[in-house]
Amino acid sequence: MTVNPTQDAFQTSSEAKTPNFIQNLSGRYRADAIFQSLAWASVGIALLILAWLLLDILIDGIPTLNWNFIVSFPSRRPEQAGIWAALTGTVWVMVVVAVVSFPVGVGAGIYLEEFSGDNWFSRFVEINISNLAGVPSIIYGLLGLAAFVYLLQPLTGGRSVLTGGLTLALLILPIIIVATREALRAVPDSIRLAGFALGATTWQVVWSHVLPSAMPGILTGVILALSRAIGETAPLIAIGALTFIPFAPEGLRSPFTVMPIQVYNWVSRPQKEFHDIAASGIIVLLVLLLAMNAIAIYLRNRFQKQSG
Amino acid sequence: MVPNSPTQTATSLTFKVENVSVYYGSTLAVRDVFLDIPQREIIGFIGPSGCGKSTILRCFNRMNDLIPGAKMTGQITNHGVDIYDRTIDPVELRRRIGMVFQKPNPFPKSIYDNIAFGAKINGYQGNMDELVEQSLRGAALWDEVKDKLKESGLSLSGGQQQRLCIARAIAIEPEVILMDEPCSALDPISTLKVEELMQQLKENYTIIIVTHNMQQASRVSDRTAFFNAEATESGGKVGYLVEYDETSKIFSNPKEERTRDYVSGRFG
Repeated sequence: MTVNPTQDAFQTSSEAKTPNFIQNLSGRYRADAIFQSLAWASVGIALLILAWLLLDILIDGIPTLNWNFIVSFPSRRPEQAGIWAALTGTVWVMVVVAVVSFPVGVGAGIYLEEFSGDNWFSRFVEINISNLAGVPSIIYGLLGLAAFVYLLQPLTGGRSVLTGGLTLALLILPIIIVATREALRAVPDSIRLAGFALGATTWQVVWSHVLPSAMPGILTGVILALSRAIGETAPLIAIGALTFIPFAPEGLRSPFTVMPIQVYNWVSRPQKEFHDIAASGIIVLLVLLLAMNAIAIYLRNRFQKQSG
Repeated sequence: MVPNSPTQTATSLTFKVENVSVYYGSTLAVRDVFLDIPQREIIGFIGPSGCGKSTILRCFNRMNDLIPGAKMTGQITNHGVDIYDRTIDPVELRRRIGMVFQKPNPFPKSIYDNIAFGAKINGYQGNMDELVEQSLRGAALWDEVKDKLKESGLSLSGGQQQRLCIARAIAIEPEVILMDEPCSALDPISTLKVEELMQQLKENYTIIIVTHNMQQASRVSDRTAFFNAEATESGGKVGYLVEYDETSKIFSNPKEERTRDYVSGRFG
């Protein structure tokens, strides 16, 4: 053949086989398909378990769930028992948790990420916060018992809404701090530099530019943290939240119970009727949780639109 | 080695750089720089990567203060006043020495707020609407954005974003505008617009521009400083100033062999 070298190269590359590349497209697509189905299966398993759980609770709980159940106080007789004391108790406690943990947690995160330099103190604090996030919740209950119930009793009124809220706030503080730091770290440095170059102080840069950009991420962390707090039982039992309370809390220093404790109480009784109203209680808890998350997600989307 | 401009005394010079070296931690990044920066001229900093030209640029508004471990020796004076003196507040200094970055970095806010932010924090007393219009006109952006001041600064094209950043910088009436490769992320037409803008801005501001693009330096700058990097014994690189002169001399008749090699494209 009298073709010149470039033509020759062109012809071989247009043929199916190129000596230096074995493309193996079918094999690569197969790996794709396998991985995709594995990922899909993971989602499927998670959804299936969730659906099963919800279905089970709905079947048990819906028949006994009515307005009367929601506005009644606990009772010895399951048909008269209701969740009102626990529902209001949970709302009171969660308000305290949110009001305390959000500013303190976000503030601590801002300090560690934006103000403190990389020194031994901030590294020491960082390690401790990461460890605190992994401490069992019952330990926080014992801390709350010692600190808020006994030591600060004149302030908190003992086993009160305030004590419960502060204890749960301590529990979720590490989560909020870590989430805040991650969200702040994700804000590009170019925004900070732009602010500093205009003669802004650190606080002006953080407040006007960094925080609005990080807010969606921070709120996601806060949603997760509050969702954890609303379902906690052990630390509140440790501080002595009561299980039988025939009244709604009247103030921060009022005794209280919360829904997970009420549900736990009902489930641990032998009668089947109590198990059914426990399911109803869980439904109310889930609805409250969803409502709380909806508010947080609404806020987050507003921030995202603002900074978009 | 570096010629002083005879007509300007130390107090009329925008900057006088004397024997400046910058360290990051214990690493020397750039050494022994002497520069006289006269008022209302465009000074181009050119040189290969890692030669310390951006580092020197960031010394002028003390942005290096924000980098942990960065340390400067030597002296930089602004009209005879040492800008690293204890009595100089870097926050106040940065109001007077504006900066435009390599990648356009408008705040994720409206075009209006991008301009107004700097004015607000620096206690601007005048009419904000007027300032926004005047700054955007000054950056040759007004006609393109006057109907959408409430839209996000990020909705603009790259070139428009960079001019928004320039408008933001001139809104607080600085004396100097530092530009760190302002056109490297822009297309040729946007680059041309920014270069034209620089010629207008020169009437009121001293501009120091770092650029990798030698044609750009030869087009826009009045004086050019050529930086180079040399290997150190420990295997690192340290930048130094090779030559600083009028741009025409640097590009047509440089004194130093290295400068000639660089501007003729033989290395870098």
